[in-house]
This record gives sequence, C-alpha cells and structure tokens, in this order.
Amino acid sequence: MKTIFYLLIFPGFLFSLTVGLLAGWLDRKLTARLQWRVGPPWYQNFMDILKLLGKETIVPEGSKLVFLLSPYLGLASVVLVTASLGRSIISPLDSFSGDLIVFLYLLIIPAIAVIIGASSSRNPLASVGASREMKLILAYELPLILCVIAVVLKCKGALQIGQVIQYQLLYGSIAFSLSGALAFIVAIFCIQAKLGIGLFDIAEADQEIMGGTLIEYSGLPLAIFKLTKAVMLYVLPVFIIVLFLGRDLTPIFIIAKYLMLLLIIILIKNTNPRLRIDQALKFFWRIPTVLAGIAVILASFGL
Amino acid sequence: MDIRSKALTKSIWVFHMSVGSCNNCDIEILDCFTPRHDIERFGIQLIGSVRHADALLITGAMNKKAIVRMKKVYEQTAKPCVVVACGICACSQHMFRDSYNVGEPLDKILPVDLYIPGCPPKPEAIISGILQLVNKMKKGK
Repeated sequence: MKTIFYLLIFPGFLFSLTVGLLAGWLDRKLTARLQWRVGPPWYQNFMDILKLLGKETIVPEGSKLVFLLSPYLGLASVVLVTASLGRSIISPLDSFSGDLIVFLYLLIIPAIAVIIGASSSRNPLASVGASREMKLILAYELPLILCVIAVVLKCKGALQIGQVIQYQLLYGSIAFSLSGALAFIVAIFCIQAKLGIGLFDIAEADQEIMGGTLIEYSGLPLAIFKLTKAVMLYVLPVFIIVLFLGRDLTPIFIIAKYLMLLLIIILIKNTNPRLRIDQALKFFWRIPTVLAGIAVILASFGL
Repeated sequence: MDIRSKALTKSIWVFHMSVGSCNNCDIEILDCFTPRHDIERFGIQLIGSVRHADALLITGAMNKKAIVRMKKVYEQTAKPCVVVACGICACSQHMFRDSYNVGEPLDKILPVDLYIPGCPPKPEAIISGILQLVNKMKKGK
C-alpha cells in the first residue's frame, strides 16, 4: 500500500508530473520574456496534455502493439526513478545498495522507448529522428557516466544514493571540490542532451524533420511522451542536485537549487542555436569527455 | 461545456498548409508569433506534424495538383480538427477563380469553420478571427 502511494502520488507520478509541467511552463514563459513576448498562462501545459487526451489516436501501418506500448515503457521507468530518488532524499537510509547504477540504466530507457516507437511507425522522417536520437545517446552517455564515476570515487566507492548524501552532509557538497566542479559542468550539458532541448533538440527538430521521432504520434500516446519529457525535466536536475549539491537537502534549499539549475538550462537553451548531429557528437566526445576524464583522475587522487 | 472542448479551445496547435499561395498570407501568419502580436499567450502553437494538429490553416487558391495533397493531409489529421481558410484566395479564389489551373473552391472540398478575408489579412484580423472561432466553439460544441 505504502509502495503504491510512493509510486503514484507523493514522490512518484502525480507530484513529479505536476512539478515537471510547471517547470515546462516556466521554460516557455521565460523564453517568451527573453524574446520580449508575453508568453502563455501557467496552466498552459496542463491544458495541452488534457487536450491530447481527448483527441483521436491514429495508429499507422507497421508494428501496432510496439507503437502503442513504447510510450508507457518510457514513462514507467522515469516514474520509478522519481519515486525511488524522492524516497532516498526524504530518508537516505531507505535506499538500496547499487541504486546509482539502476538510476543510470532507467534514465536511458525513455530515449530507447522513443527510438523503438519511432522505428515501429515506418515513417522515413521518424527513422531519421530515431537514428539521430541513437547517435545522441552514444554521444552523451559516456561523459555522464564518467561524471557519476567521479562522484563515486569522491565518496570512496559508495554506489548508493544514501551514502552519497551522507558523505556530502559530513564533508560538504561535491560540486565545491575541483573534480566535482568539472564533473558538475559536464553534467549540466549532458542533462540538456538527455532532455533534448535547445542545443540538442536534434531528434525532434520541429523546423527540420517535422517532429522527427514523434511525427506519427497523436492523442494519448503523444500525451504520454509529453508527460515523460515533463517528468524528465523534473527528475534530471534533482538527480544532479543530489549528486553534486547534496549538502543541504531541506525542501527550501532543494527548490532554490532546482530553480537555479532550471534557469541555467533555460538561458543556455535560449542563447544558443541548435547543433547538427555531427557537431553534437564532436562536441561531446571532445570537450566534456576530456573534462570528465580529468575529473575522474582528480577524484581518484582525492581532490 | 465539458472539459474536453474547454481544453481544446485553450490549446490550439496549428498546422500551416499552403496550397498555391503567393506567400503573403504565410508571412502574415508568422507575424502573429512575433513579439508585437504574440499569439502564444492564447496557447496557440505552430507544429511540424499534421498528426499533432488541431487546426489546419490553409492559404492560397487551390490549384489542381495541391487539392489531392490537401485531401490526404486532412485525412491524416487527428480529429476533432478545425479548418481555417486564411486569405481571400482560400476563401473564394479571388482573381484566380476562372483560371485554367485552379479547381473547386476550398469549402466545396473540406468543411471550413472559419474564413479570414484579406489580401493578405493583417495579423490583427487573424487573431480576431481565431478568437471568434474559440467563442463559437465555446457556445456551440
């Protein structure tokens, strides 16, 4: 009973969805203000989702079952992360050993669900989007995992979120050490690529390949994909906060740090144009991977 | 009024389709999204794929080749969706009415919900037309 409550209501589905949609609205509003526009009202993203729930769902020729089921795969895995991460923030001793690795795996699944869904729709533009998404995963996963390894080495081999939080309670936030700062900067770029916004809006690219991976989706499955995006916008910054800025995890500080991280992401999104896929690949495999590698080496010396 | 149609009026995603227009209407449509007019405050967005669309915004006099494609695009949209004829060409074919290359007018092919006349219509006219459509949807459906 308690598990279901955690999964569906408080740190899980309903809570993360509300926060994620509000954060999505903040993104749209700030973007509008930066472009000297007025921007949509605060309930706009909720209305978008509600509207999509009431629309017709069109299923193209191809693998229909996979096409309809893949959105749920992505949402389910992200909700699992939110529930588990939320629990380990509230009571760090509740986390299980090795959950850091589990989170890393679960956070890749939404991108894989997008690839599966797009490929099963048999649309040429969707397959272009899917191939781009795949290359993007190859680009950003390596530096992100190196960042997490730097954190793990810094905490003397703790593979548990609870232990990472306790280490930071004792010795201060990881982002304020030399290796932590490098890894933190790299992680900010990686979560942008994971969210697929701004610089790395390559797989969806509305202007170029007309929605890319989501081109054949309509109605309920599209709403599920939008919800997955919203929940990702909540859980990825919180994940980074727990790993790098986990010294003070009282609600006010979490909200302040979350808003700060969101602001950085939105500003980077609005001041930089979209990259081509080969540029993104080059970018990630040159600068962030080298920086994250340096961070791992520094962390193994305890800096 | 039920929550479904309320949500539909609050968030209209527009697919812009040109069936042989001279580009003036298209430029004016893009003007609606600029800082001066900012139609996103009503929740209206331009989207790339027809599958996501709630409104088909059609500009231009229908030429015979475009009509076939336009019917296909209309069949591909997820219903409920509204059809908006933007510009005098799409409303009544204007001076191209008896040309050799144009077919039937738009409202004989698709059920048109809103006509926005003008050559090209001003952004203010487009916004006022869309708000009239929203009010009609609120009362009627």
